[in-house]
Order: sequence, then structure tokens, then C-alpha cells
Amino acid sequence: MPQSVPQPSVEEIAALIDSQIALEGPLLPILHAIQSACGYVPQMAVPMIADALNITAAEVHGVMSFYHDFREVPAGRHVVRICRAEACQAMGGTALAEATLARLGLEWHGTTANGVVTIEPVYCLGLCACAPAAMVDDRVVGRVDAARMDAILTEAGA
Amino acid sequence: MKVYVPRDSAAKALGADTVAEAIRAEAEKRGLEIELIRNGTRGMIWLEPLVEIDRGAGREGFGPVTVAEVPALLDGTLEGLGKVEEIPFFARQTRLTFARCGVTDPLSLADYEAHGGLRGLRRALGMSAEAIVDEVKLSGLRGRGGAGFPTGIKWDTVRLAHAEQKYIVCNADEGDSGTFADRMIIEGDPFCLIEGMAIAGLGVGATKGYVYLRSEYPDAIAVLNQVVEIARKDGLLGGDVLGSGRAFDMEVRVGAGAYVCGEETSLLNSLEGKRGVVRAKPPLPALEGFMGRPTVVNNVLSLATVPVVFEKGAEFYAGFGLGRSKGTMPIQIAGNVKRGGLYETAFGLPLGELIEDVAGGTASGRPVKAVQVGGPLGAYFAPSQFDTPFGYEEFDGAGGLIGHAGVVVFDDTADMLKMARFAMEFCAVESCGKCTPCRIGAVRGVETIDRIAAGDGSAVPLLTDLCETMKDGSLCALGGFTPYPVMSALTLFPEDFATAKEAAE
Repeated sequence: MPQSVPQPSVEEIAALIDSQIALEGPLLPILHAIQSACGYVPQMAVPMIADALNITAAEVHGVMSFYHDFREVPAGRHVVRICRAEACQAMGGTALAEATLARLGLEWHGTTANGVVTIEPVYCLGLCACAPAAMVDDRVVGRVDAARMDAILTEAGA
Repeated sequence: MKVYVPRDSAAKALGADTVAEAIRAEAEKRGLEIELIRNGTRGMIWLEPLVEIDRGAGREGFGPVTVAEVPALLDGTLEGLGKVEEIPFFARQTRLTFARCGVTDPLSLADYEAHGGLRGLRRALGMSAEAIVDEVKLSGLRGRGGAGFPTGIKWDTVRLAHAEQKYIVCNADEGDSGTFADRMIIEGDPFCLIEGMAIAGLGVGATKGYVYLRSEYPDAIAVLNQVVEIARKDGLLGGDVLGSGRAFDMEVRVGAGAYVCGEETSLLNSLEGKRGVVRAKPPLPALEGFMGRPTVVNNVLSLATVPVVFEKGAEFYAGFGLGRSKGTMPIQIAGNVKRGGLYETAFGLPLGELIEDVAGGTASGRPVKAVQVGGPLGAYFAPSQFDTPFGYEEFDGAGGLIGHAGVVVFDDTADMLKMARFAMEFCAVESCGKCTPCRIGAVRGVETIDRIAAGDGSAVPLLTDLCETMKDGSLCALGGFTPYPVMSALTLFPEDFATAKEAAE
């Protein structure tokens, strides 16, 4: 997977920073814009953001690392998020998550060897009345059982 | 013929998009003229995808509809649920905040207006700021995010503060497990939130609003962004709100996966582009909030309830409820239940009636063991407490909280020691790290519960003591309320904490 890490250009990053900088409190929108364009926030963007906002690179790093969403390295081609929260637990979410991790031979946040699927925990997708829930990239799935998860992973190519 | 297929995430998660596509294709194949409307959800999630068909004599419900059933659906041979509004789960509700959700096309401002929308804002435009705030005070509306602080009093503090710029910040960081009402109204009736924020702006003298919406809700983000654009184009937002000469505009900001940002001061830090750590209070956000300026921070449901208060009057709204819990609460029933979904009702309904009667007990058919009310920081309730009426003070008196009114039901296979451990683990993962009782306490809590699980009974008083410290010493509700689920599990279900010990002996 790391062999194909996309390396955006300085100009691309500068344009993304520029597109959000006029907002009040622009740091999160900037990080989101970069991640949505590149799939992660490359290290080279950190000093550029710091410069643009007149804060230190350490502050940018501090903000980035505080939030679960921002990645320093790209994820797999698809991100499968399984809800670990209580409502999903009440409907067998824990067993589903454990079986999925075992099938893929991964720990949470791991990526399959072929770089296709990254598996992440999520704490609530707001699908608590059709638990257990998962999200494949931006697509929500409810009442996930072993068969459904199998179909999701197969479709993703894991 | 009008056909309604919800666009709500929960409906989509159960296949609504493919059903909608199948209906469109089948109708085209037959040369049948239909108007396909992607409405919000009615909140009866166990029936999703709940398709409604209006042939001119009211909306008939069908659900859950599968793709294979679509031909029969259009033939008129598929067995239906009758009139949607007569389904008991729906008919028994008092829908004030959610009056339009599931009824209208969420992206149509005309539809919104045809169903009572904008009447509240028009009325507010003719009132003084003080009168607006007084109306909210009179309605008895309290913060629906969980704290239950009187909304009108918060607004008054901001109204009386002097500043060049004030803000309305909507807390849509709905991270509590078992809650989805914010998501549902944003996806199903988003103009209602915009109208509520605009009224808040008029009331306190704020011209700018932000909605801090969690990144786990991509569908809600898309809908709200779309609707803000429509509102701007049609003059509901901008420099001249509904031609009044008054200004109010808003922006949608996306969170980044931190649960603690649902706490209002963390949210403000996050919105400013900082780490989402909690701020000590005072100063109150009402005086020094976003960018250090006076800011109303309200939950989605509080703001989305404001339009109906102004449309029907504060007294009408305050006429519902129980004691100091006035009006209605959109209760979210989730987890192991037969009929899960959103149930808006006046405060006062006993918890047991909600679970056994409204929700029909567990989905698994096994007995109910425990019910967690109010998200991951809410206490577990045992069936022996099912007579507790749904209200802020009533739940407080029973050692719990209603929070954002999420109700998660567990059957008798639930292991309450594991649930207590999960509460501590969650707190450890999500702690912002600012205060020690939460940051360190949660980690030690997990370890202490593991000791109990391994048979070390002497760890029980230690856990109790730790919970006391977290409760008294934490800066915000994350560390301060994690003891609720932990201690309620320990107190109500001691057998789950004792079995391991006895087995070890």
C-alpha cells in the first residue's frame, strides 16, 4: 500500500489552504479540504498551514492528532467503519466486529495487505434503531449480520 | 399518484435508495406517471423502507418494502399498513418539533411553508428582541442537548451582552449512542432548524450562525449544505431575512470525530480551529463564546422547537408536559427493541410504558434486562424502575438523566460488567485530556473493572471511590457523568460483578 502514496504538489496544497482561509476558525475546514482531496494530510502541508495561519507547526500537529478523522497516511481504498456503541452492542455489534477483524486478520485501524480495506471503529452513526450499523466510505448500512458484512467486504475486494 | 420513499440515513441503510430506484424504473416500464418524493422518515424505523402512496385519498403506508415487492406495490396488490398516520406508534404521538418530518420534501421551501413553516419567523420579525426572549422563557423550553438549562435564560444573557458581533451556534455533534433525532430532523425537516436559528438571531442580536455537524453524518451534511444554499437564494438567509431588512446568515461546519466536541466549550474551541479541549466555566459561552464573543450554544432540537413555539404560541407549547419539564420530547428508542424509532410525546410518559407498550419489548423476544437512557453518560435502569416518568427532575431523582432522550434497550444476555467497562473505555478513548480525573480516571477505571472481572472483590470499593472522584472533580460531563452508567450497572446488577469473583474462588 505505501508504494502508491499520492504526493500532492505544493501548489495544490496552497490552493486548498487558500480556499478556506477566509473563514472564521479555518483550521478544521483546511484539514478537511486537504484530506478530502488527498485522502490524508501529508506532512509537507503542516508547515504550510502553520505559515498561513500564523501558528506553529506544533499547534497544527496538535490539532490534527486530537481528532480521530485526520490521517497522516492514506487509508485503504475503502474505509469500513463498524459501530461499537451501546445500541449496536445490544444487537450483537461486538460479535460482528470481532468476527470481521478475525476474518481480515486485522486490528482496529488496520488495512488489508492488498490495500483495499481499512477497518475502523466508530462510536455511533445515528442508526441506533436499525443496529448493528456500519458505514462503507460514505454509505450507511443497517442491521448488519455476518452475511451482510461478508457481502460488503467481498464487494470492496477484501 | 405520489410516491414517497424516505431519504433518511436509516431508511437508506435499510435499502431505501434501491427501492426508490426500482419504483422509478418499474413505473417507467409501465408508462405509469408518478411523482416520486424523497421525504424524511416518519421515525418508524422498523418499517423502513416505509413507502407511502397517495392516490388522492391520503397516504397509505407499505413497509418494509423490498425491491422484489415493487411490482406488487405499483399493482396495488401489496398488503399495506393502512393510513400511515393511523399506525398506532405514530397516532399516539404529539408531534410538535417533528410535525413535518416525514411529511414534506425536506429540500422544498414551498412545501415547508405550506405545512406551517416560516409562520414563527414572520411573527418573530414583528416582535422586539426582549419579547422574543420572553416568549421562549414562557414556553418553558429547556436545552434538549441534555443539560436541560432554560433556553430563554441563556438567550437573555446573550441579548443583554454588549458586543459588535454575537453568534448562534447549533450543536449538532450528536455523538450519544441511541440518539438520532438531530440527524433525523436535519435530513427530514432542515428548514425548521434554519428558521429556529434565525429567530434566535433576532432574539439576541446575532447575525451569524454556525451548525457544528458531526462528520459521521455525511447525508445530513449534504442535505443541510444544500438547504442553506436554497435558503440564501430564496431570501430566508442573508442580509434581508424575508424582506425584513434584518440580517442572518449561517454556515455548516463539520466535526472531525471527537465525541467530546458535543460539550459546548470543546465545540467552540473546535469551531475556532483548536483542539477540542474543554474550557473552564466561567466565563460562560453566553458572554465569551465563539471568538470570545457572546454566543448562544443550543442543541439542534432546542432550536428546531423554537419555530413551533412562535407559530402556536408559548402557552400552547407549555401546555404539554410534566412539572418543570414543559412541552414535548422526541424520544429515540433504540437497541434491542421490536419497534425502534423516534417517538415524540409530552413529558411524563413512564419509562416502562415506552419500552413495553410503545416499543413492544425486545426484538429478540427475551426479557428486558437493562435500559440506558441518555447516551453513553446516562445511567442504566432496571425494570424495577420502569414507573419513572420521562422528565428532567424525575430521572434525576431516580439517579439518572434523560440527556438527549436516547433510550437503548438490552435483553437478558447483556453482561453489565462489560457495559460498565465499555463506559470507562469509551471515556478513556474520548477524553480531551484537560482534567486529570477524566484522563487518568477512565484508564484506571478500565483496569479496576478488569480486576473485579478477574475475581478481585476488593476492587469494588476502589471503583466506587474512583467514580466519586471523577464525578466531583471532572471539568465536564464526559468524566463527570461516566460514573452514571458504571455505578448504576454496579448497583443494579451486582450479580454480574459477583459471578466472576465467585467463579474465581
